[in-house]
Amino acid sequence: MNSGIDLEMSFTQGVQNLGLSHELAHLLWIPLPMLLVLVSAVIGVLVTVWLERKISAAAQQRIGPEYAGALGILQPMADGLKLLVKEDIIPARADSVLFTVGPILVLVPVILSWLIVPFGQNLLISNVGIGIFLWIALSSIQPIGLLMSGYSSNNKYSLLGGLRAAAQSISYEIPLALAVLAIVMMSNSLSTVDIVEQQNTAGILSWNIWRQPVGFIIFWICALAECERLPFDLPEAEEELVAGYQTEYSGMKFALFYLAGYINLVLSALLVSVLYLGGWGFPISIDWFSSLIGLSIDNPLVQIIAASLGIVMTILKAYLLVFLAILLRWTTPRVRIDQLLDLGWKFLLPISLVNLLVTASLKLAFPMTFGG
Amino acid sequence: MNIAYSTELICFLILSAVIVSGSLAVVLLENIVYSAFLLGGVFMAVAGLYLLLNASFVAAAQILVYVGAVNVLILFAIMLVNNKEKLKPIKGLKTRKFISGGVCGGLLILLLRVSITTKWNLPGPTSIGEEATERIGEHLFTDYLLPFELASILLLMAMIGAIVLARRDVSIPPAYINDLNNQKSLSDKKIPLLSENTIK
Repeated sequence: MNSGIDLEMSFTQGVQNLGLSHELAHLLWIPLPMLLVLVSAVIGVLVTVWLERKISAAAQQRIGPEYAGALGILQPMADGLKLLVKEDIIPARADSVLFTVGPILVLVPVILSWLIVPFGQNLLISNVGIGIFLWIALSSIQPIGLLMSGYSSNNKYSLLGGLRAAAQSISYEIPLALAVLAIVMMSNSLSTVDIVEQQNTAGILSWNIWRQPVGFIIFWICALAECERLPFDLPEAEEELVAGYQTEYSGMKFALFYLAGYINLVLSALLVSVLYLGGWGFPISIDWFSSLIGLSIDNPLVQIIAASLGIVMTILKAYLLVFLAILLRWTTPRVRIDQLLDLGWKFLLPISLVNLLVTASLKLAFPMTFGG
Repeated sequence: MNIAYSTELICFLILSAVIVSGSLAVVLLENIVYSAFLLGGVFMAVAGLYLLLNASFVAAAQILVYVGAVNVLILFAIMLVNNKEKLKPIKGLKTRKFISGGVCGGLLILLLRVSITTKWNLPGPTSIGEEATERIGEHLFTDYLLPFELASILLLMAMIGAIVLARRDVSIPPAYINDLNNQKSLSDKKIPLLSENTIK
């Protein structure tokens, strides 16, 4: 089943019609989606930063940014520009090589993980077979960057923050992976496209959230912990650690951490919507709807509307989750480090194991509803 | 020579250069922290080689296990020990280095000889690409079940051993125990962070 709009095909066709070889056309195509995703990730971050400022203001009964553009919509741009022109300081006795490489190692895996986020049937950079497993593997590189920047800053708060960040992200990786495994077991595939397609048979009723409610909650808690958002922002707990591993950073290097954090948040929200909320699927099945108004699903008009609706749905679901994350950040207190580790190892890990086991047995018992 | 082939060749050359120089640096650098970080880089380059061989599942597993777990563990261990302390000079370090260098060189020559004299079956079996994940799972749960389970028992034993070693009860000096008589270990969370003794 390969319906839907295939932009790559049409692009390579178009270039080949101009008289270039097939390989050259492919080579020309490769950077385009990457660039597009990079731009959309950064724009997603700008929107999230603006939302964060506005929602936090609303939660505290302030107005928030108001003068930079309408409703302060240009405020994140001003933030970014400020960070861009700030002096880049490397502390005198810091290890300058590791100090520079650290933030890059934090940011690059996060951006690479956007490779697997689908916005539609063919609207993703690459439908790699290992899909969601690639994201889990890539996100395990991040702790090394955090440890690196914590160590190289030559500051006790940085070192403690780096160690905490690494410990936190290792502990929450395991329940996260187990929650994903339950989904993978149900859809018989690691590929994000297959996971979404398996959920879009009957609109909202076939979304994974109904079959995996426990997994959804585990995944969301772990994703928040991986993004180091409050209530889990232990690595940069202001009262204890100044700013954790970011303490000595300023200017563009600090901006890289900032960017990585927000890109990771948007990415996690997108993945929650892909894994549990039906990805690009509309709450009402498109097939059913198009047959209702008497148009074939292969009609170009229906295709274009369905594709744009898919993008809107993915982003809408993701931003609803981002809104939830921001609201959580400004209304919940921070947990203590021992509570954090207890929650991860003594609560989420056993629960996610049980969830996996229950999913496996339900799959054997009801192969129709739980993906045979 | 088409574009795909030359890209593959360039990637292979870069990756192997990174692996060889990186692993030499891991062994030869004096600074143990640099060695540990470089080890992570070498692991990632090996994952890149697996990707070139079309084994994406193995590549991701390599990153997850070796970079995400093993290397982070090594880094933790290094960062929790005091690195300011100078190591004691070891007697006869020169001769030791010479001997180990000789052993490694000999091993290298032996391996080179084996790889040159062996008749490799070229081109090798074609890769099955994305199907590999399923195939690996099948093998792990059928003909390789016993080694798989044995490996997990080994890991379980190591884990229990680590827990037993780490859970030694910390005895509190009697001066600190007044109303806390019934508590034996520090991991008992009833001990307040600021007991009255410390406030005095």
